[in-house]
Amino acid sequence: MARPARATQAQQGGGVQHLDAMSANLLKESGPREVFCGLTSIVWLHRRMPDAFFLVVGSRTCAHLIQSAAGVMIFAEPRFGTAILSERDLAGLADAHDELKRVVRDLLARRPEIRTLFLVGSCPSEVIKLDLARASEQLNQEMEGRVRVVNYSGSGIETTFTQGEDGALSALVPMLPTSTERQLLLVGTLADAVEDRLITLFKRLGIDTVRSLPPRQSTDLPPVGPGTKVLLCQPFLSDTTRRLRDRGAEILPAPYPLGAEGSRLWMEAAAQAWDINAAQIRATLDPLMERARLALEPHRQKLAGKRIFLLPESQLELPLARFLQRECGMDLVEVGTPYLNRDLMRSELELLPDGTRVMEGQHVEQQLDRVRDARPDLVVCGMGLANPLEAEGIATKWSIELVFSPIHGIDQAGELAELFSRPLHRHQLLAAGRQC
Amino acid sequence: MDLTLWTYEGPPHVGAMRIAASMKGVHYVLHAPQGDTYADLLFTMIERRGQRPPVTYTTFQARDLGGDTAELVKRHVREAVERFEPDALLVGESCTAELIQDQPGALACGMGLNLPVVTLELPAYSKKENWGAAETLYQLVRGLLKQQPANPGAHNPTAWKEEQRRPRVNLLGPSLLGFRCRDDVLEVRKLLDRHGIEVAVVMPLDASVADVMRLPDADVNVCLYPEIAESSCSWLERTFGQPFTRTVPIGVGATTDFLAELRALLGMEPPASDEGAQQSRLPWYSESVDSTYLTGKRVFIFGDGTHVLAAARIARRELGFEVVGLGTYSREMARPVRAKAKELGLEALISDDYLAVEAAMAEAAPELVLGTQMERHSAKRLGIPCAVISTPMHVQDVPARYSPQMGWEGANVIFDTWVHPLMMGLEEHLIGMFRHDFEFVDGHQSHLGHLGGLQSGQPEPNAAPAMTAVAGDVSGETTLTWTADGEAELKKIPFFVRGKVRRNTETYAREQGRGQIDSETLYDAKAHFSA
Repeated sequence: MARPARATQAQQGGGVQHLDAMSANLLKESGPREVFCGLTSIVWLHRRMPDAFFLVVGSRTCAHLIQSAAGVMIFAEPRFGTAILSERDLAGLADAHDELKRVVRDLLARRPEIRTLFLVGSCPSEVIKLDLARASEQLNQEMEGRVRVVNYSGSGIETTFTQGEDGALSALVPMLPTSTERQLLLVGTLADAVEDRLITLFKRLGIDTVRSLPPRQSTDLPPVGPGTKVLLCQPFLSDTTRRLRDRGAEILPAPYPLGAEGSRLWMEAAAQAWDINAAQIRATLDPLMERARLALEPHRQKLAGKRIFLLPESQLELPLARFLQRECGMDLVEVGTPYLNRDLMRSELELLPDGTRVMEGQHVEQQLDRVRDARPDLVVCGMGLANPLEAEGIATKWSIELVFSPIHGIDQAGELAELFSRPLHRHQLLAAGRQC
Repeated sequence: MDLTLWTYEGPPHVGAMRIAASMKGVHYVLHAPQGDTYADLLFTMIERRGQRPPVTYTTFQARDLGGDTAELVKRHVREAVERFEPDALLVGESCTAELIQDQPGALACGMGLNLPVVTLELPAYSKKENWGAAETLYQLVRGLLKQQPANPGAHNPTAWKEEQRRPRVNLLGPSLLGFRCRDDVLEVRKLLDRHGIEVAVVMPLDASVADVMRLPDADVNVCLYPEIAESSCSWLERTFGQPFTRTVPIGVGATTDFLAELRALLGMEPPASDEGAQQSRLPWYSESVDSTYLTGKRVFIFGDGTHVLAAARIARRELGFEVVGLGTYSREMARPVRAKAKELGLEALISDDYLAVEAAMAEAAPELVLGTQMERHSAKRLGIPCAVISTPMHVQDVPARYSPQMGWEGANVIFDTWVHPLMMGLEEHLIGMFRHDFEFVDGHQSHLGHLGGLQSGQPEPNAAPAMTAVAGDVSGETTLTWTADGEAELKKIPFFVRGKVRRNTETYAREQGRGQIDSETLYDAKAHFSA
């Protein structure tokens, strides 16, 4: 993965560095991190593509992670599992490739309805350099098209949370059929209803061929080629974007479709690429914008003037901060992100107010010191920190929910704002309850 | 390499975290890759704690592997000690760190820190969570107490009499992420108080380093959770001569035995034999006529060793169920579980393979499953009522209300929890009589308040495994087919026992060399097996 070179001082830890002079104040920090690894992406990807199975090759820790996250749901038919490395595999007594193939055969015998099998790399499998790419190639030959086997890494040493989806999608890109057909491709997981709605709106604008990656069925992969114009629905798709470009697709630069403004700019980017006239765009989108303004108003009243601090988690932090600041009137104390791809975030950075403190990376203890010093009205953070901060009297919005909620598009702006106003509203309700 | 859909235990470092997070003033530096901090959620979400676990992770990333990961460990140790000022430090590795072998414990010991440092060697590729917790507790107790003079022969568990004080015991084993430990401790305290016995130290839950130093002052140790505390109890016995209890007080009978055992160790008179009947409601609830229909309900039991042994006794002797399957994932407890199974005329299932457990469950065709969170998955698949009796668990099993498993109140909780998923008596009778209802259909349980049953698209219970059994029989002597008339008769069997009747009838047909099963075969088999 192409990442900007890190400053040595930051790597030694504790140091914060000013990087360059964009309008936002871009900083870097390193130290202990409190984030998920990319394996966690399985928790939503298995629902988006119910005919796929996610087999992690790793340790008991990996198995425990996924079941701790998803095991509260009761599965009659599990859609993910772990091939747990044993001492025999590590000592080289068992050929890891043969072992993996045996495990895959057993699995497919039990679950013949699986159409795509993702072999997901983990920290242990990456550290011992297990060649999952070769294993999936061999398995693909053996399965003769009955099942497609692909691999990607969701290891914590390489990927953070949503980057797992980037890995999964970029692994699918080489499988996409080639076509020069003129089409709009929406890339990144969307809730079903949101996807349907956006496609309807694009049709109203006059864009007829709209497809999605990932699809709802793993076998139903969209084609790609020089006629493809891509709108990224999610900001964490660096590798997928690069591979789509390599296949001839054009990435339309836009902010991300969060909030009314971001979604409008995002849709307009496609409309302009299709040379749709301004009147048509206005006729389609203006009524939606007016409705979104109404939907946002009650939340804006609760959020305006409140100070928010976002901890790094999903790379959604920049677009969210932009929405909360511009459309809900919130003040940004600090915007953390686990990883900043400046190319893909350009439009977002331009919309942030001058001097916004954007922090790439994390030293969780020092960051918590800053949270406590600033006493923000709302902290967006992971679940490992949410209840402890609440117990200190600091209101939180746990960030995972944002990847599990239908938040994209102009029509969803009200719901997105509601996710942030809800904890504040709840604090008010309960405080009032304590008084009587 | 083992295919694991669900794992019964986490890795051993999660067990170590449970010890550190349960205690006060103990910090844990864990050499682990970015992402392993997911384990914090077990404490902040499942246990719903309002503090972060006292764990500093090194969270190395791929780019760190090219550099000096050992220096990274030392930096985190230094920062953790400065920031949190703990009374004792645990240092260990997660599975990935074990591969790169930085020896973090040795590094920390060489840093000249002015506090006790306990190095944890937890082999992540061969051991699991409970072992990790037991080993951590043992190393911590041993590490902190090894300076104290050991004279096992001098300990007198009845010394309290001469010293004219109440006897006092330590409660060992309760921890965060254990099953209902919070309320078990309260219930056992209450129980002991009633018997004039004081609690000295509870460990690890809420114990400080100073508390650990007081462990040898107790007369007897109470081992509440052998999976966590047995190794520590037997070390304390060897080193300081403190005897410890072997009976875990889950169930009315077991609580009675526990009191007798503990009082004997302390040199007290035996307890009153009817205390259980006086103090717990389970005995009367179970005797009352409403419970008669519970007699002989077929139950499958799986979980950790302690809870499984307790459940088997309660199911058989206190609720009148028939235990048709018994197993555990705790290999350390295999021997007592095997003995218990033998007593019940069963072969114990000792396995941590979720699929093997599911297969055994399907084979036994029970009417109720008492298991872990994982058994809820298989029970859903097979359409069998299920209650959770052991970890692994999820957030529902760390409830706000008082819900012990131990002692007299624990037995009350158990009665309600286990009976709840079963169809209520009247409903069961009426569904057995009238099959053509539009609302109370086959498999429906109206007391659960939803339109359950077969119409919701669930498979018929045990249908799939029974089919495979028939298909698998091709290699044998007889191929079995059900006639339409036989199938129709089978449909008339009440929902939850249908799987068992199907199985029995097929066994009978095979024994009799009948290839076709019609309604008469079914009745023949019924008479044959009830005789």
